[in-house]
Amino acid sequence: MKIGVVTFPGTLDDVDAQRAVTIGGNEAVALWHGDHDLKGVDAVVLPGGFSFGDYLRCGAISRFSPVMTEVIEAAHKGMPVLGICNGFQILTESHLLPGALIRNDHRKFVCRDQKLRIENNATAWTSAYEKDQEITVVLKNGEGSFVADEATLDMLEGEGRVVARYLDVNPNGSLRDIAGITNERGNVVGLMPHPEHAVEELCGPGTEGLGFFTSLAASVFA
Amino acid sequence: MARVVVDVMLKPEILDPQGKAVHGALPRLGFSGVTDVRQGKRFELEVESADEATLAEIEKMAETLLANTVIEDFVVRVEEQA
Repeated sequence: MKIGVVTFPGTLDDVDAQRAVTIGGNEAVALWHGDHDLKGVDAVVLPGGFSFGDYLRCGAISRFSPVMTEVIEAAHKGMPVLGICNGFQILTESHLLPGALIRNDHRKFVCRDQKLRIENNATAWTSAYEKDQEITVVLKNGEGSFVADEATLDMLEGEGRVVARYLDVNPNGSLRDIAGITNERGNVVGLMPHPEHAVEELCGPGTEGLGFFTSLAASVFA
Repeated sequence: MARVVVDVMLKPEILDPQGKAVHGALPRLGFSGVTDVRQGKRFELEVESADEATLAEIEKMAETLLANTVIEDFVVRVEEQA
């Protein structure tokens, strides 16, 4: 499958995301934030970084980049979209996902190998995992604390839309230890930790992030 | 010319780590008596005139871009010219 990886000014993890897409058995297509079309891709990854310098709020400016008009429209039609870290922030700013990401409660940037539980393996991006599989991937953020009102949190949990939850340590103050969520349809996933940094033995904490990049193919051939 | 001010504050129930940091610094500097600090943003918009249509437009700007209404509240007001 062709997976577009969007680069905004200030994006950092686009090359790693492209590499993870390729290792996952898909074709990576570079997309620029100023593009007005998605170049025929089947899915889109919004990678991590500090798009537009995190000015105003993380993801607030990027959300209005030309390419996002296309991404939002495609997402509403069911195209798989994965937002990682800054990409997750862009998805909440776009209202494709509920809630918001605010500064870590302990006020420090955190960078660690983080254990997660994949609680929803029915999304377009997590079907390669077993339900409740525990994985360890890189986590690195300064504004990764997931917040939403109680009703939204209850709704996310009630509908099984918590995709991943932090285990052992809550690294940033996220409510109910939420690390990632999905939309009602399961095609849009936002995740604060970085599976694209855990796809090769050579670097990172292992290869347990690879499932996010093999799931698309798996869901097609299932 | 007129100036319209948009004040954006985190909703009361949202944790404000920056405000907490400022609050924590005050007693270390010898300032006492402050029981809490919340930090927000202030936008100053210069406009031709602060008529009703402009203010309605600014409300829309605040809702769309200046504030994230999931976590923030905003207030639009016209600043009196000195």
